[in-house]
Amino acid sequence: MWDYIKLVALGAIAVLAAIAANYAHDLAYMVNALTIMLAAAMAFVWTLRGAEENRPEPVHEYNDGVVRAGAIATTLWGVVGFLVGTIIAFQLAFPVLNIEWAEGYLNFGKLRPLHTSAVIFAFGGNALIMASFYIVQRTTAARLWGGNLAWFVFWGYQLVIVLAATGYLLGATQSKEYAEPEWYVDWWLTIVWVAFLLVFLGTLIKRREPHIYVANWFLLSFIVTVAMLHVVNNISIPVSFLGSKSVQVFAGVQDAMVQWWYGHNAVGFFLTAGFLGMMYYFVPKQAERPVYSYKLSIIHFWALIFLYIWAGPHHLHYTALPDWATTLGMVFSIILWMPSWGGMINGLMTLSGAWDKLRTDPILRMMVVSIGFYGMATFEGPMMSIKAVNSLSHYTDWTIGHVHSGALGWNGMITFGVLYYLVPRLWGRERLYSLSLVSWHFWLATIGIVLYAASMWVTGIMEGLMWREVDANGFLVNAFADTVAAKHPMYVVRGLGGVMYLTGALIMTYNLWATVAKQPARSALSVPVPAE
Amino acid sequence: MSKKPVEKKSDPKTTGHIWDGIQEFDNPMPRWWLWTFYATIIWGIGYTMLYPAWPLISGVTHGLWGGSTREEVAADIKAFDDANAAIEAKLAAAPLASIATDAELGPFAQNAGKAVFQTWCAQCHGAGAGGAKGFPNLLDNDWLWGGTIDDIHYSVTHGIRNTTDADARFSQMPAFGDILEPADIDAVVNHVLNISGQEHDAALAAKGVQVFTDNCAACHGVDGKGDRAQGAPNLTDAIWLYGGDAATVTETVTKARFGVMPAWTGRLSESDIRAVASYVHSLGGGEQ
Repeated sequence: MWDYIKLVALGAIAVLAAIAANYAHDLAYMVNALTIMLAAAMAFVWTLRGAEENRPEPVHEYNDGVVRAGAIATTLWGVVGFLVGTIIAFQLAFPVLNIEWAEGYLNFGKLRPLHTSAVIFAFGGNALIMASFYIVQRTTAARLWGGNLAWFVFWGYQLVIVLAATGYLLGATQSKEYAEPEWYVDWWLTIVWVAFLLVFLGTLIKRREPHIYVANWFLLSFIVTVAMLHVVNNISIPVSFLGSKSVQVFAGVQDAMVQWWYGHNAVGFFLTAGFLGMMYYFVPKQAERPVYSYKLSIIHFWALIFLYIWAGPHHLHYTALPDWATTLGMVFSIILWMPSWGGMINGLMTLSGAWDKLRTDPILRMMVVSIGFYGMATFEGPMMSIKAVNSLSHYTDWTIGHVHSGALGWNGMITFGVLYYLVPRLWGRERLYSLSLVSWHFWLATIGIVLYAASMWVTGIMEGLMWREVDANGFLVNAFADTVAAKHPMYVVRGLGGVMYLTGALIMTYNLWATVAKQPARSALSVPVPAE
Repeated sequence: MSKKPVEKKSDPKTTGHIWDGIQEFDNPMPRWWLWTFYATIIWGIGYTMLYPAWPLISGVTHGLWGGSTREEVAADIKAFDDANAAIEAKLAAAPLASIATDAELGPFAQNAGKAVFQTWCAQCHGAGAGGAKGFPNLLDNDWLWGGTIDDIHYSVTHGIRNTTDADARFSQMPAFGDILEPADIDAVVNHVLNISGQEHDAALAAKGVQVFTDNCAACHGVDGKGDRAQGAPNLTDAIWLYGGDAATVTETVTKARFGVMPAWTGRLSESDIRAVASYVHSLGGGEQ
C-alpha cells in the first residue's frame, strides 16, 4: 500500500514539474523544474520495479549503504568544489579566463557561489551527513531509524545541490551569501533537513547505550541549529510560483543582520560544531586513545553553542548596523575564543601517550594538522572581530585567507582523514591501497594551504593599508586599480596553492577507488549491530 | 564487542562510559584554559560597560566612555577638512588660469587633483589617464571639447551628454545606418580612411567625398578636422576614440556613438573640481 502512495505522489510531482517547466517564466526555473521532473520520474520507475517486493529490513546490521554513498558523494563533490575554486582563483589572477563566449555562465560572478556552495554544502554537507549516519549508529549500537528515510535524505540532498548549482549558472539567486538558492530549493532543503533530523533523533532515541556520546551532542546541535538558521534567513515571498525570483521579507539593515546571523552560524554550526562531532569520534578511534577530558567536552560544548549564535554582527562592523550590536558581536566573538579552543585541546591531548603514531600514521597526521588549523582559524577569527583590526581587514583578502585556512585546513583535512578511515571499513578492505599516496596527499594539501593562507595575508594586509593611505592633506594616495594591480603576484601564488590542494584530492580519489577496486575483501560487507 | 585500548599505568581514571570502544578520561579542564576563558568573560563585561552595547526596551546603553564609530570617521574627515579649509577656499575663488603658477595653490591642486582623479576618474580614463576605447586619452593634445583650463573645468563641472545637468555638453551623431545606403556608407568610410592617411579604395573614397559633404561636414567640417563647439572629433589624425580601422569606422557611421560623462558638481566640491581640472590640464595636452 505504501508503495502505491509513493507512486502516486512521485507521478504527481513529475507531472506538476512538467507543467511548471512548460509555463516557466525564466530559464533557471525551467531547467530546475525539468530536473525535478526527471528525478521524480526516476524515483517512480525505481519504486515501481520494487513494488510489493518483500524487503525485510536487516535490523541486525548497521545501515552502511547510505554511508558508502555519502563517501562517494563527498569525494566527488570535493573534487568539483576544489576544481571550480582553482579556476576562479586563476580568473582573478588572469581576467582573460573569464572567457568571452561563456560570459554570463562561466564568469567569476557565476562560478564563485558555485564554488562556495560546492565546498561548503556539497563536500562539507555530504561529509557531515555521511559521518552523522556512521557515528550515530556506532555510538548508539543501533541501526539508523526510519528504514529508507536515510536514503531519502541522501538523494534529496544531492537534488538540492544539483538544483542550486544549475540555478546559479543560469542566474537564479537570492543574492545572499551562502544562502543563494531560490525559494523552491529552500523549501525542498527544509523537507530534507527535517528528515535528516528525524533519522538522527530516532536513532538516538532507540539507542542501546545508556549515555549519548559527545560527538552526537555536536551533531544534533548542528542539525537543529542549521534548520533554524536556514528557515529564518530564507523567509521570502515568491514573485510567482512559475518563476525563480522571490522577494526577501526582511529589508535593509535587518536583512543584513539576519543574513550574517545566518552566515556566521553556518560557519559556527555547519563547519565548526558538525565537524567537531566528526573529530570527537574519528580522532579517538584512529589514535586508539580515550578522549582527553569529559569535563572539558561538556563545558566547551555548551559554551560554544551558547556564544556562537551572538557573534554574527562582527561581519557588519562600520556599516549601517548600530554600534551597540557590533559591540556585542565583537565581545561574544572574543569570549568564544576559549570555547572554540576547548575542541582543539580535547582533540590534540587525546594523542598524549600516542604522539609516536604521528610518525607512522599519515591519516592521524592529517587529523592532527586539521585540528591545528582549527585552532589557528579560531584564534584568527576573534582577533579579526575586534573593531580596530576589522577596520583594516574588512573587505580585504585577509577574510578570504581566514575562511580558507578554516575550510581547507580544518574541514578539508579532517574530512580527508575520515574518508581514509572509513573507506576500507565500509567496503570491508584490509587496509588502504597506499599509505604513501596518503603522505603525498598530506604534503600537497598542507603546502597548498600554506601558500593560500600566506598569500592572502600578504594581499589582505597590503590592500587594507593601501586603501586607507592618505597624504598629509587627507587625499587618498592609491587608486583602487593600483591595489588590484599590486595583488597580482600573490593571486598567482594563491592559484598554485589551489592546484596543489586539488592535486592532493585527485590522488585521494584514486587511492580510495583503488582501495575498493584493487584490495582484497576482508569478510562479509555488512557490519552487525553489536548485541548488548 | 570492541577491545579496550591498552592503558598505561600512568593514565588517569576514565568516566566509565564506552562507546564503540571510545572512552573518556576524567581529566579536569586545563587551568590556563579555564582562567583565560574567565578573563575574556570579565573583559567582555567591562567592555560592554564602557561602550554602547546592551539593547533596552527603548534605546540602548551608551557605556561610560560612549563613542560611536560613525563619529570617529566624521571626526577624521573633519580634521582634514578643517586643515584644508583655508587653502580650498582660496582655490575655489582663484582665477582658473592662475592656479598652476601660484606658488601655494599649484602644488596643492596638483596633489589633490591626482587623488581626485584616481578616485573618481580612473575608472573610465585609466589610472594613468591614458583612456580606453570610448573614453578619451587625456595625455595627448587632441581635445574633443577643448583643452584650455576653462574648457576642462566646464567638462568636469557639467559633464557630457548626461541627463542630470542642463548645462552638460551635448551633441548627437545620427545613426547613418537608417539614413544612408550601405554603398554610400562604404564610400564615406573609404573617404575617412583617405583623409586620415590610411589604406583605402581610391574609387570608393572619391565617391565618398560627396556623401561626406552632404552628411558629415556640418559637424566634422568639410576638411574633416572636426569642431570642438560640437564635440565633433578630428577625423584626419591618427587618434581615434573607438578605433580607426574600416570595420570600426563603419560601425560608428552605421550605429553612431553616444559617450556619456557625469556632471561632478554636487559630488565634488568646487575646489576638488578645480584641482582635478588643473591636474588634467597639466598632464601634457593642456592648452593656454
